[in-house]
Amino acid sequence: MASAVTYTAEWPVLVSIIFSPPQNYPLYIRSVPTENELKFHYTVHTSLDVVDEKISAMGKALVDQRELYLGLLYPTEDYKVYGYVTNSKVKFVMVVDSSNTALRDNEIRSMFRKLHNSYTDIMCNPFYNPGDRIHSRAFDNMVNSMMMQVC
Amino acid sequence: CCPPITEVCGAKRVGYFGPAQFYIALKLIAAAQSGFPVRIESIKNELPLPRFMALKNDSEVRYGTTAELHGVKFQVPHATLEKNSYKRTDEGDKQEPKSPPMSPICSPPASPSTYQRVPLSYGYGKSRSGLEQQHGAPYEVRHSAHQQDGPSSGNYGTKPALTCSTLNRSLSVEREQQDSSTSYSDDPWRITEEQRDYYINQFRSLQPDLNSFISGSVAKNFFTKSKLPIPELSHIWELSDVDCDGALTLPEFCAAFHLVVARKNGYQLPETLPETLLPEYLQAASLKPMRDCTLFDSYSESLPGGQQTRDFSRTEKASAEEIPDNSALLQDAKKDDKQALKVSTALKMIPKEFQHLTVKTAAQESNALKARPRSRSYSSTSIEDAMKKGEEPPTPPPRPQKSHSRASSLDLNKIFQQNTQAVRSGWLPPPPPALPPRPSVSQTEQPSEVELHPQTNRPPSQAEENSAAKKEVVLAQPPSKPTRRKLRTEAQGLETPELSPTINVTSSLPTVKPHLPVQKQSSKQKRAIQTAIRKNKEANAVLARLNSELQQQLKEVHKERIALETQLEQLRPVTVL
Repeated sequence: MASAVTYTAEWPVLVSIIFSPPQNYPLYIRSVPTENELKFHYTVHTSLDVVDEKISAMGKALVDQRELYLGLLYPTEDYKVYGYVTNSKVKFVMVVDSSNTALRDNEIRSMFRKLHNSYTDIMCNPFYNPGDRIHSRAFDNMVNSMMMQVC
Repeated sequence: CCPPITEVCGAKRVGYFGPAQFYIALKLIAAAQSGFPVRIESIKNELPLPRFMALKNDSEVRYGTTAELHGVKFQVPHATLEKNSYKRTDEGDKQEPKSPPMSPICSPPASPSTYQRVPLSYGYGKSRSGLEQQHGAPYEVRHSAHQQDGPSSGNYGTKPALTCSTLNRSLSVEREQQDSSTSYSDDPWRITEEQRDYYINQFRSLQPDLNSFISGSVAKNFFTKSKLPIPELSHIWELSDVDCDGALTLPEFCAAFHLVVARKNGYQLPETLPETLLPEYLQAASLKPMRDCTLFDSYSESLPGGQQTRDFSRTEKASAEEIPDNSALLQDAKKDDKQALKVSTALKMIPKEFQHLTVKTAAQESNALKARPRSRSYSSTSIEDAMKKGEEPPTPPPRPQKSHSRASSLDLNKIFQQNTQAVRSGWLPPPPPALPPRPSVSQTEQPSEVELHPQTNRPPSQAEENSAAKKEVVLAQPPSKPTRRKLRTEAQGLETPELSPTINVTSSLPTVKPHLPVQKQSSKQKRAIQTAIRKNKEANAVLARLNSELQQQLKEVHKERIALETQLEQLRPVTVL
């Protein structure tokens, strides 16, 4: 996806990672642009703690009452991290460059919803074992298109 | 002469033999054979159809109305080139001058692969099939009954392959180049009638109701047998499960199966589902007239490329007249197939299907075919078995339990114990290993009798109140208790004593009785014992039913209690202010 576009520091960086319970290892990682990817990996991993914290904060209430979208997990100087967790404790984390002010909360929500829908589609595939890395082309296409929208 | 022809027809320029080039080449061949110079203008002449050697079926070499053909041909190729709208119907119409040129042109899906097949499949011994493979029209060709241009056009296609080695080679080279338009790629993704029937049969083996779904796990087992790697199967699923519901309807299943078959034959899986495999399309297409896929049948080993004559889908558009011929061809094809593939004839459809599907070498094909039919048969049988087994556990209460080979007496014991313990689950827990002699057994059976009935896998529970006697009988057989209990619970649910089951049991008992290892007793004692057993079983049945009902009630009460408790908890903070 970074092929035709030259990315500069101003370009929003989007990293989406899905983590699976219970060990929270990543099922899918996609970032644009692809440099500095490690940094985003690190960021996302650390943000998992925040996600867990938010989940446990609502632990007492019934699951139904917990919203799936966790919102801004924490802002750093360079980027913002958003989280989303499903009812089956699958966590989606998105890192967006802070300079991308055009991205509003609603858009982030819709992106997470799309991710969630695509993830459920993958789950419907009987050949997919939950916990495997996600290699679905349809999923890739969806993520690509999503990121192109943002970038 | 071939190089010039290839040049003239533009193949060299373009780099491959597209449909237009092919047609032009054929025309040029005809021209050359007729003595005309090999020039572009020559094709405008009225030429007889090119003669190709090694055609056994001379009748097929009927080049009829060539005059118009050529003229029309020219436009036709161009037109058809645009889109693979090679309607067999057009070809089928032999009377049309167009048809002959159309047939060969159209029939192969403008894809070089078809061209390729033409030369390769030219094993004319069964060559008919070869022809068929390449063109829908070939049907017409082959059948001498069809004295039409169509056939000749079919010959057209095959003949060039025969005579022009360079052509063949180039064609084969072209085959590799899947550069044609989308129409080209559409063809491999069309499902022929034969394939469709085969898929439908497979669907039926998994799910008898054609309007219902195949669940994901069932489909997974089925397609896993095709030995494709899991990621590819996963991708195939993604492509074919259009509504993403984790289940396959009939059109989705056909698409998935078709993709699997295509993949096995060397086609690369597309990124998106081809239009011809969409469920809506498949459902509509199922109504189209199908042309015999005898082409497929006959298609066997000879084709080197992995391309199947999916264009056989053209058969859908073939005219009906080919049908009778097709059947004849089918027979030929079948024979060929069988010889070539040595596939078990048990799966006749499969060999045919696979024949054209397995485009690789004969060996590969046969292997693939053998594997596939076997896998299919296995899968179907295994799936059926699995399904049957799945159906066994939930036996309805009326089940006479004749088949139960466990001593019902044991069940009785368990029932008593369970009832006293107020077991919650409908499934009675395994009885204590050693049943103490039931003092309460009122039946006057002697303990020896009890011993006698141990292994009797009697149908459990016949309704009778004399459960006491049964207890003794039950004593002897701890091990089978759990199973029996299960049967019992299944049969439970009815409190009313069931006379009919009793009757059934009694009738079955005699059959079961022989199992009784009451070898030591005299027949009289046996009979007495058996009667007692029967009574016990009946009592068991009644008690079991009662038990299950009570347990259900208990469950419900528990649920209510839980609900109330949660309500209480929720309200508590409010009240405690």
